[in-house]
Amino acid sequence: MAATMTHATRREEPGQPPSVVDVVDALNGRFVGLASSVFRGQTRVVVPAGTLLPVMRLLKERGFDLLVDISCVDYLEYREPPMGMAECAGRRYGLVYLLASTVTNQRLTIRVFVDDPVADDERWPTVPSMVPLWQGADWLEREVWDLFGIRFEGHPDLRRLVMPEEFTAHPLRKDYPLQGRGERHNFPIITRENS
Amino acid sequence: MAMNGPELPENVVVSRLDELANWCRKNSLWPMPFATACCGIELMATGASKHDLARFGAEVFRFSPRQCDLMIVAGRVVMKMLPVLQRIWLQMSEPKWCISMGACASTGGVFDTYAVVQGIDRFIPVDMYVPGCPPRPEQLIQAIIDLQDKIQREGTITGREFDTAGRQARKRALVEIAAPLSVDASRNPVLQREIAAEAGSLVGR
Amino acid sequence: MSIAPPRFESPEAPAAATRSEDYLWTLNFGPQHPATHTTLRLVLKLEGERVVDAMPEMGYLHSGFEKIGEHLTFNQYVTVTDRMNYISPMANNVAWHHAVETLLGIELTPRCRVIRTIIAELARISDHLLCNGAVGLDTGAFTFFLYGFYQREVIYDIFETLCGARFTNSYTRVGGVSQDFTPLVIEKIRTFVKTFPKTLDDMERLLTRNRIFVDRTKGVGVLGKEEAINRGATGPVARASGVTRDLRKDEPYLAYADYDFRICCATAGDCYARYLVRMQEMRESLKIVAQALENIPAGPVNVGIDQRTALPTKKQVYSTIEGTISHFELSMSNRGFEVPCEEIYAAIEAPNGELGFSIVGDGNETAYRARCRPPSVLHFAIFPRLIRGHTLSDVVAVLGSLNIIAAELDR
Repeated sequence: MAATMTHATRREEPGQPPSVVDVVDALNGRFVGLASSVFRGQTRVVVPAGTLLPVMRLLKERGFDLLVDISCVDYLEYREPPMGMAECAGRRYGLVYLLASTVTNQRLTIRVFVDDPVADDERWPTVPSMVPLWQGADWLEREVWDLFGIRFEGHPDLRRLVMPEEFTAHPLRKDYPLQGRGERHNFPIITRENS
Repeated sequence: MAMNGPELPENVVVSRLDELANWCRKNSLWPMPFATACCGIELMATGASKHDLARFGAEVFRFSPRQCDLMIVAGRVVMKMLPVLQRIWLQMSEPKWCISMGACASTGGVFDTYAVVQGIDRFIPVDMYVPGCPPRPEQLIQAIIDLQDKIQREGTITGREFDTAGRQARKRALVEIAAPLSVDASRNPVLQREIAAEAGSLVGR
Repeated sequence: MSIAPPRFESPEAPAAATRSEDYLWTLNFGPQHPATHTTLRLVLKLEGERVVDAMPEMGYLHSGFEKIGEHLTFNQYVTVTDRMNYISPMANNVAWHHAVETLLGIELTPRCRVIRTIIAELARISDHLLCNGAVGLDTGAFTFFLYGFYQREVIYDIFETLCGARFTNSYTRVGGVSQDFTPLVIEKIRTFVKTFPKTLDDMERLLTRNRIFVDRTKGVGVLGKEEAINRGATGPVARASGVTRDLRKDEPYLAYADYDFRICCATAGDCYARYLVRMQEMRESLKIVAQALENIPAGPVNVGIDQRTALPTKKQVYSTIEGTISHFELSMSNRGFEVPCEEIYAAIEAPNGELGFSIVGDGNETAYRARCRPPSVLHFAIFPRLIRGHTLSDVVAVLGSLNIIAAELDR
């Protein structure tokens, strides 16, 4: 039943997060085209969309069992290369995958940059889905689809999560205004008489 | 003109039927808590033991619209939730009143965004507004007391005060941007009716 | 609104051909329903009383918090973070400013760290009181709920004495807090620390060994450890399944490294375990508050003037030139503090789980993107998995034990 247990701190040095240098080295050893940087003790690795699934599989095998968050940033109005890294410049959407390990307490951020597709038959940028690896990615990816319009290949049920089904825009994109385009006013009015 | 009326025994009270009905109704308002957000917690706190709403007759927080007469909309109402709110309002039987609790329900509050309805009174008839973010329980109790006064003053036994064609003109929401709407109306019959009404320039409902 | 019929396409639902479809019926639970977790919707497929499948729907309170974050400065946005997990708003404030200060690289004063620790723990007690109270209320124990609510009123009174608002306090600021602790506040917290254990004992006596409550919650909604991690559960939901992860010990922030407290875990993973974990966590939080209260360091609560982030005190503004300059720099709309064009993620152990903010800065005081990582979304996604096979009356017990706050869920 319930047991209260003492929990020892598992840190190499107090005040510092556990190092992920070995993980980044392993990634760089296995894949090409990755770039990484560190800011305030947090390591970010930029991965091209094509190699995302193998990279994530390797990370999961190395012990990153907790998928903390999946989110997206629309860099339409950002004036500098994101995170100061030239590899990220030029593409509109930056996906953020936050991973953590419950065993070693390491944290890692994986960044994937995609752009609006130029081909006529594709309306939305596409990225492979993480649902086969972490079941928690299910709703997080639905939310990114809903708010940003990035499709995830291989997702079992990609539909809108927070906006109504009939909504057609993707609200968190930078070209969508804060007050919306009038959708919030389009409802029938019930007065005292007809209620 | 002074009349010598008959002597009434002590236990007889003379009044109008309307006043009696109003007195009964105001002292047994059964709230229907339409609690969506933070104001919902203050609503629960008002019903809890420190600020007891039961003292004012509003003891029974029934969650079924058929059994209530006071709908307290506590919290912000978003686009997705508004048809639900309207459906519940329509399910309540008359006499019924509505209190819009908090800044978000009254005007949209802090959230002037694409998703939040800027005031439920655009779409539902509201009797009492409670400002605050969230309002203190004492403010909500004051609102209930004011509503009780309103019922006592204006109520009728037949509910004539709800036929207010003159008083409630059809309030049309402001048109914000002259841009094509990005709502797909093909799956929303309610919206289609509304758009057809606008297009056919019908004044009635 | 989604009037369209729901689609039961969850990958784990057993094939329909193996059961007779005639006996299944669909029940719509919400978005307006008596369980105190407000606007969420569940469409349940029932075979008699047994739940065969559940499809949760959210978004009935989506207010565009993340879009607002792109239009408000850091100190203005803290008012909006209050309205996320509105049961423990102080924890959200602390989380937001923890993220902002990580981005800006600001080191807080010792006094500020201890003060924020105390209020974060009081918020945790408040949250667990309401969560367990709601579980009690939903399973029929109204007295338990009222006892919990009365103690929450005491905590509200402390917060009101501290900063003027019962909840939705917006208490923290960049580099510090808005009001310092006064002796009256310390006295009130001390009284609370003395009287709360007795109420907690009373509440435990009501429910913990209550035959009805135990029967309703033991073995209901079992979540295994591997599954909890795979589905991203954190906080008491994960700890009740055996995941020994608590950011207060694993990645100590604020002043947690200085205090002696234990993490509460359980192995059963059912509703009863989650209830017990939360009750015990309240006791541990009280221990932290008691230790912190006796050792609040003296000194300034906001960071110094030279950092140009926190507003200086009036005395400094009127009597020193640095104070005046700093005041102007911060108040003028075209100045403000420098924010690096970088991105970080910082999380705290909120009462509900790991609450983190992912902020992208772009040079001025307004975040370019402020993303909240809500624990409730992942917990609500776990819900269909937990409820399969249980009866209709277990739905509210499981929903209550997951502590899903609609505003944090939808943002």
